[in-house]
Amino acid sequence: MGDVWVYIEHREGITSPLSFELLGIGKKLAQERGGKVCAFVIGENIDSIVKDAFAYGAEKVYSVTDPTFKTFRSDLFSKAACGLVEKYGPDVILFRSTTQGTDLSSSMAGKLNVGLCADAINIYHENNVLKMVRAAFGGRFNVTVANERAVPKLVTVRPKAFEMPEKKEGQEGELVKETISVPESDALTKILDFVKSAVTVNLVEADIIVSGGRGVGKPEGFALLKELADLVGGAVGASRAAVDSGWIPYEHQVGQTGKTVKPKLYIACGISGAIQHLAGMRTSDCIVAINKDPDAPIFKIATFGIVGDLYQVIPKLIEKFKAKLGK
Amino acid sequence: MKVAVCIKQVPDTEAEIKWDTQKGVLKRDSIDPITNPFDEFAVEEALLTKEKYDCEVYAISMGPERAQDVLRNALALGVNGVYHIMDESLSGSDTFGTAYALAAAIKKIGDVDIVLMGRQSTDGNTGVVPGELAAILGYTPLTYVAKIREIDFQGKKIVVERAIEGGFEVVEGKLPAVVSVIKGINEPRLPNLMGIRKAAKMEIPKWTCDDLGIEKNKVGLSASATKVVEISVPPPKSQGEILKGELDEIAEALASKLLDLKIIK
Ligand SMILES: Cc1cc2nc3c(=O)[nH]c(=O)nc-3n(C[C@H](O)[C@H](O)[C@H](O)COP(=O)(O)OP(=O)(O)OC[C@H]3O[C@@H](n4cnc5c(N)ncnc54)[C@H](O)[C@@H]3O)c2cc1C
Ligand SMILES: Nc1ncnc2c1ncn2[C@@H]1O[C@H](COP(=O)(O)O)[C@@H](O)[C@H]1O
Repeated sequence: MGDVWVYIEHREGITSPLSFELLGIGKKLAQERGGKVCAFVIGENIDSIVKDAFAYGAEKVYSVTDPTFKTFRSDLFSKAACGLVEKYGPDVILFRSTTQGTDLSSSMAGKLNVGLCADAINIYHENNVLKMVRAAFGGRFNVTVANERAVPKLVTVRPKAFEMPEKKEGQEGELVKETISVPESDALTKILDFVKSAVTVNLVEADIIVSGGRGVGKPEGFALLKELADLVGGAVGASRAAVDSGWIPYEHQVGQTGKTVKPKLYIACGISGAIQHLAGMRTSDCIVAINKDPDAPIFKIATFGIVGDLYQVIPKLIEKFKAKLGK
Repeated sequence: MKVAVCIKQVPDTEAEIKWDTQKGVLKRDSIDPITNPFDEFAVEEALLTKEKYDCEVYAISMGPERAQDVLRNALALGVNGVYHIMDESLSGSDTFGTAYALAAAIKKIGDVDIVLMGRQSTDGNTGVVPGELAAILGYTPLTYVAKIREIDFQGKKIVVERAIEGGFEVVEGKLPAVVSVIKGINEPRLPNLMGIRKAAKMEIPKWTCDDLGIEKNKVGLSASATKVVEISVPPPKSQGEILKGELDEIAEALASKLLDLKIIK
């Protein structure tokens, strides 16, 4: 059976469209092996997620509901997921390489005694062998990994690496409801609290990121970047130099020791383009660099570059966007 | 009361990197190695825990001969002991093989309450070894930890803050637990001269597969289900365009080009 399963992540029943992004590539992989693309959802109140999974193209949905599954906990969710896997035997399981996707897949890999390919940026079958491409060493190399033997084959996928599947409201499929319940006393963890972060736009999900580096020079400079980001509907990122200077919290850091992002548009302001920074953003679709040093390495990977002082360029850009967007 | 900390030696990202294209593995001998940056935070957290709770701390690394450097550094910083897992048959292990070998070492140390690790390695970059290790040992997985609030070694409990998408989750976990840490949890200290001198003379104990009772068919290149089959340099981005002219014109041009991409709405 060549069924491809996609894990649908959520936080207490709340999803974003990106929770369903892997159903597109999942469908393609399943077709290559004559199998079905199936979603699996674990939670408490998940009816609307199941509906959306069908709308985004799942042919089959496995759902497990129980009050103990209200909030994601990898120790419990992986028990439920391994139960499903043992019963239905999928060929490939895809997860997003978010914290939740990584937690669940790694727990399952440990329990099922299988390897796992992490953070793939491309996946395909070649002569019926599953191949995954991932970036290594700050994206200086692409490494293709083959998985011939594992059953099932677990893969985490870099968010936004594949096209969003189309949503067709009302589309239906086969629903398989499983009752797996784990007594709370078996749980290794208890969630005491969730403190929402002050950062409103999630960097990993953002289509547009306006990022600042040491060239921003002072904490107030990030207010200017935020103004541009808000105007174009983006999030604010930063280099390590800016974070280490204390101008902006670590949550915003992009790079090898920060977040890996793949927005459609990345605007780097006052960032030199060190290899460790590039590691986190070089797969962005379009990169704009604003830097006063014409020799800054960031220009080598930029789609568009402006040599100049960001404190002159950004206000001008804001002015132009305001005029064009009629804001 | 024992804490184990897993540290990996990784090539310096800036170093020239050589691959054994035949085997699809890194030629680790040829590159300047450093301690995985995230593992420095794990070591520091282990030392802080030792100071606060008076427990013992042991550092473990799996890797070739040179990996002993990162262990020597941990000794210089003040851990109680170190173990170097080194065996030819382990080379080329995938994440599962790595987690499996680390698990065997932790069992051999015995009575470990907390395993500290980095959130990911900068070479493998997978960040899955902690979760796999926890599952293999049956320990509580606590990943992406930004703060350890308290540890109750007697009551076998730990409370941590995890940095996940959208915020911080405060979690109580049972001990034993695997705790992987992120940057910012602490400020790693540097070893002092006396520590370095002392560590330089210390013997680094080595553990082989036999010492750890590891079945060789479970680890190493031949056992790994995932295998590197090709290494390539990604195609260079098409030559970018530097916009030239008066500031006003450039800004106008860039704004138009970006709007043409239909990303900004
Ligand atoms: C193990 C390790 C891990 C690391 N991880 C990361 C990571 O995750 N993320 C990361 O970003 N870095 C990381 N780094 C650090 C990295 O090597 C660089 O030091 C860092 O990215 C530099 O940040 P920057 O580009 O903001 O600063 P700089 O390199 O100092 O560059 C500042 C740039 O701003 C320009 N500039 C100055 N003023 C202006 C102005 N007014 N207008 C326009 N341009 C201006 C300058 O010309 C310069 O190019 C890591 C390093 C190590 C060793
Ligand atoms: N060979 C190794 N020796 C010791 N610890 C390791 C090794 N590989 C991974 N780790 C630990 O696992 C963490 C995550 O690594 P990874 O899953 O490879 O990204 C690292 O930060 C280390 O703490």
